[in-house]
Amino acid sequence: MPSSRNPQLNRHGQLQHLLTLDGLPRDILTAILDIAAPFTEVAEREVKKLPLLRGKSVFNLFFENSTRTRTTFEIAAKRLSADVINLNVSTSSTKKGETLLDTVDNLCAMQADMFVVRHEASGAPFLIAQHLLATGRDHIHVVNAGDGRHAHPTQGLLDMYTIRHYKGGFEHLSVGIVGDVQHSRVARSQIAALTTLGVPDVRVIGPKTLLPTDVERMGVRVCHDIREGLRDVDVVMMLRLQNERMNGALLPTAQEYYKVWGLTAEKLALAKPDAIVMHPGPMNRGVEIDSAVADGAQAVILDQVTFGIAVRMAVMSMLAGQ
Amino acid sequence: MKIAIRNGRLVDPAHDMDAPRAIFIADGKIVAHGAAPDGFTPDRDIDASGLVVAPGLIDVAARLREPGFEYRATLESEMEAAMAGGVTSLAIPPDTDPVLDEPGLVEMLCYRAKKLNRAHIYPVGALTIGLQGQRLSEMAELVEAGCVAFSQANVPIVDTNVLLRAMEYAATFGFRVWLQPMAPFLARGGVAHDGEVATRLGLPGIPVAAETVALFTHLQLAQLTGARLHVTRLSSAAGLSLIEQARADGADVTCDVSINHLHLSEMDIGYFNPNCHLIPPLRSQRDRDALRQGLKDGRINALCSDHTPVDDDGKQAPFSESEAGATGLELLLPLTLKWGQECRLSLKDTLSRVTADAARIVGITKAGHLAVGARADLCLFDPGAWTTVNRATLRSQGKNSPFLGLELPGRVRYTIVEGQVMFAAEA
Amino acid sequence: MFKLDAEALCGALAESMRPHVTAKTCLVGIHTGGVWLAQRLHADLNLRQPLGSIDVSFYRDDYGTKGLHPQPQRSEIPFDVVGAHIIIVDDVLYTGRTTRAALNELFDYGRPAKVDLAVLVDRGGRELPIAPRFCAHVLDGPLPANQSLQLERCPEGTLSLRLANA
Repeated sequence: MPSSRNPQLNRHGQLQHLLTLDGLPRDILTAILDIAAPFTEVAEREVKKLPLLRGKSVFNLFFENSTRTRTTFEIAAKRLSADVINLNVSTSSTKKGETLLDTVDNLCAMQADMFVVRHEASGAPFLIAQHLLATGRDHIHVVNAGDGRHAHPTQGLLDMYTIRHYKGGFEHLSVGIVGDVQHSRVARSQIAALTTLGVPDVRVIGPKTLLPTDVERMGVRVCHDIREGLRDVDVVMMLRLQNERMNGALLPTAQEYYKVWGLTAEKLALAKPDAIVMHPGPMNRGVEIDSAVADGAQAVILDQVTFGIAVRMAVMSMLAGQ
Repeated sequence: MKIAIRNGRLVDPAHDMDAPRAIFIADGKIVAHGAAPDGFTPDRDIDASGLVVAPGLIDVAARLREPGFEYRATLESEMEAAMAGGVTSLAIPPDTDPVLDEPGLVEMLCYRAKKLNRAHIYPVGALTIGLQGQRLSEMAELVEAGCVAFSQANVPIVDTNVLLRAMEYAATFGFRVWLQPMAPFLARGGVAHDGEVATRLGLPGIPVAAETVALFTHLQLAQLTGARLHVTRLSSAAGLSLIEQARADGADVTCDVSINHLHLSEMDIGYFNPNCHLIPPLRSQRDRDALRQGLKDGRINALCSDHTPVDDDGKQAPFSESEAGATGLELLLPLTLKWGQECRLSLKDTLSRVTADAARIVGITKAGHLAVGARADLCLFDPGAWTTVNRATLRSQGKNSPFLGLELPGRVRYTIVEGQVMFAAEA
Repeated sequence: MFKLDAEALCGALAESMRPHVTAKTCLVGIHTGGVWLAQRLHADLNLRQPLGSIDVSFYRDDYGTKGLHPQPQRSEIPFDVVGAHIIIVDDVLYTGRTTRAALNELFDYGRPAKVDLAVLVDRGGRELPIAPRFCAHVLDGPLPANQSLQLERCPEGTLSLRLANA
């Protein structure tokens, strides 16, 4: 099993699949952001479609339900003229005992050109990419649309696009990531991208129960005090707190979480005056973020959604043209 | 059957011997060293030039998957693997299906193994019925049926009161209790060492504390009950320190480590290599180095393969959904030699961990050494030959090895069990 | 041996176009050389409509084999395409594939009344049924495929044509 090499780059160092931002070279990250820029304009045209993926079949392979993410990938693929087939596998074949790779083999036989994969287990898209490589089907591309706690690379990229859009670059920024880093694939992708792009000061902010062991090794600073953590940051990246984590052994209550870690105008005032506030959605208003902040002038949360489509178009067209 | 093995380098750690010497076998036993006994006419003459003549290896933990998991491996396939690996005695963990908690089942397993006439097996019985940690198994009867010790395999006992009673009961008879230290709640849901790699890959972690907390409990209960505790599959430096402290306080406790934990660390998971999904998890490089040193200076008593064949379906799944375990019977000797070379240990001391020392833990007296009168279980290997681990050459039905593609030293040429040549490879 | 004065050609091109442009004529330059040329023509011809630009990266027919251009530029069409008279401007006309891609892209903004093509140099080697309405210079014979002809712009803004081995 060729697990020692990251299968997302081919032998020429080009992007073959997008599986993780961790370890992705800076020039590839930058190239994706550069390519995404002109795609943002397509939405303003009469015909919101480009011919790049005409005749290609993109399979949205969602082993875990997520209407939101699936929809953004669907829009991106359709704007590139691809045929999009949505499969919610959680409700079909795996329940009948079919393995993940059986499902993939079946779809390959239907002439798939690209898989957009969401799975509840970390590493599932790697398994698929390694399987395609091992079976000589390297013309098929895999895009990770979120795997377990591991990675959500397109979300990380659209966040970088948003930061670059508002801040112009990365070199002098302070960025605070607030909340449940432990269970967040979004946070891992953000950290990987921010550190690769040269952000000198990345802070993760939250209680010990929600920050993973040795997270400092990923190049971030740990702050348990949100006031210290937000001081003079240029970017505040909020994370979603899953319902099932709110009451139990990780956190006592959503109320206490909001009181200590929720982003309010008063806490945001500690950041730089022109700081932007980001959130991957869907938001829990009154838990991790106050409505006044979520709807406030510093929030760029809806822009993230718009940019997300352009970034996903960029990724898909880079892969399919490889 | 009479065999003469000449021109070899006889290495017998139990008797502190490493010398060029002939050895003679008759009627399943070793009958002489050096010169042949009077009137000895061999049926077979083995020229062991360039080969090491060692006791057959003793593996403290090898799952043969029978009964219950024949789709993963069978007694036949795994016995062939043992023979190819020079392993002539195997201790079998009780986590079969059904588990080894019934004397009839153990007798049947021993009977099947005996009929196959390959490696000797030493079943380790279940400490509790069904490994469920609630009711004690019939330990006295199980020993009569052939069990050499009692364990819970990888299944921890949640109720510490049951654990206390089980150890007390075993201690009543002087039975050995083999326990893997893994605190169930701390390990719950985890699939990798709770450290840098698990954090990066977003894999649920198992902290070192899962090992130390359970180990502390085991050591305390052993002291309280007088049970003969053997700690299986140590994975951390902190765990080893706890054992040292207990020994300093007078505890008579032994422990082992697997070839995987001796050579690999969390880093080897790479990009979710399911062959590195193991229980206990591969820990940090610092932990691995401590285990290597501990085995070298004898604080860790034995080395085992922890052989766990898993079929491809079980491994071709996302890391956390894949089945834990690695195949290892055929790699026990090469990986033992590799470790010994890397830490500059003499061949005699190196082999001791998988022969004489392992024999003491399992309670084997008539094998694991080469004294005259011992059972003629031998392994003849070429220490200078290197072989690459690959799926095609592994005889085990499980091809799940984290060492696939690696070149390893030591190639078994002959495996002799009770005076019969059961495996012979071309030069 | 290669002597083409881009500045002179540029002036000639503007003069040939002058009788045919009106206040409603829109120019669209194709990145990158065509945009420089279009800027010049836009000024020379005193056009009132804002200048458009197109990067055809997303419409190229060799995307499947060559992949995406690493740094595509944003296409900008700052006027209403529907019913407009548009002149597509490019520096060098070769196979015609770029022109086709530009036409396709343009039509995704709406249905123009009329589209013309203006180029500085026609190097021959057409692979599609495309001809310029305005062309300042036609090479005597088609340029070999291993050579490229490109418009360049020095920092002061002077245009020149450069022949190179592709």
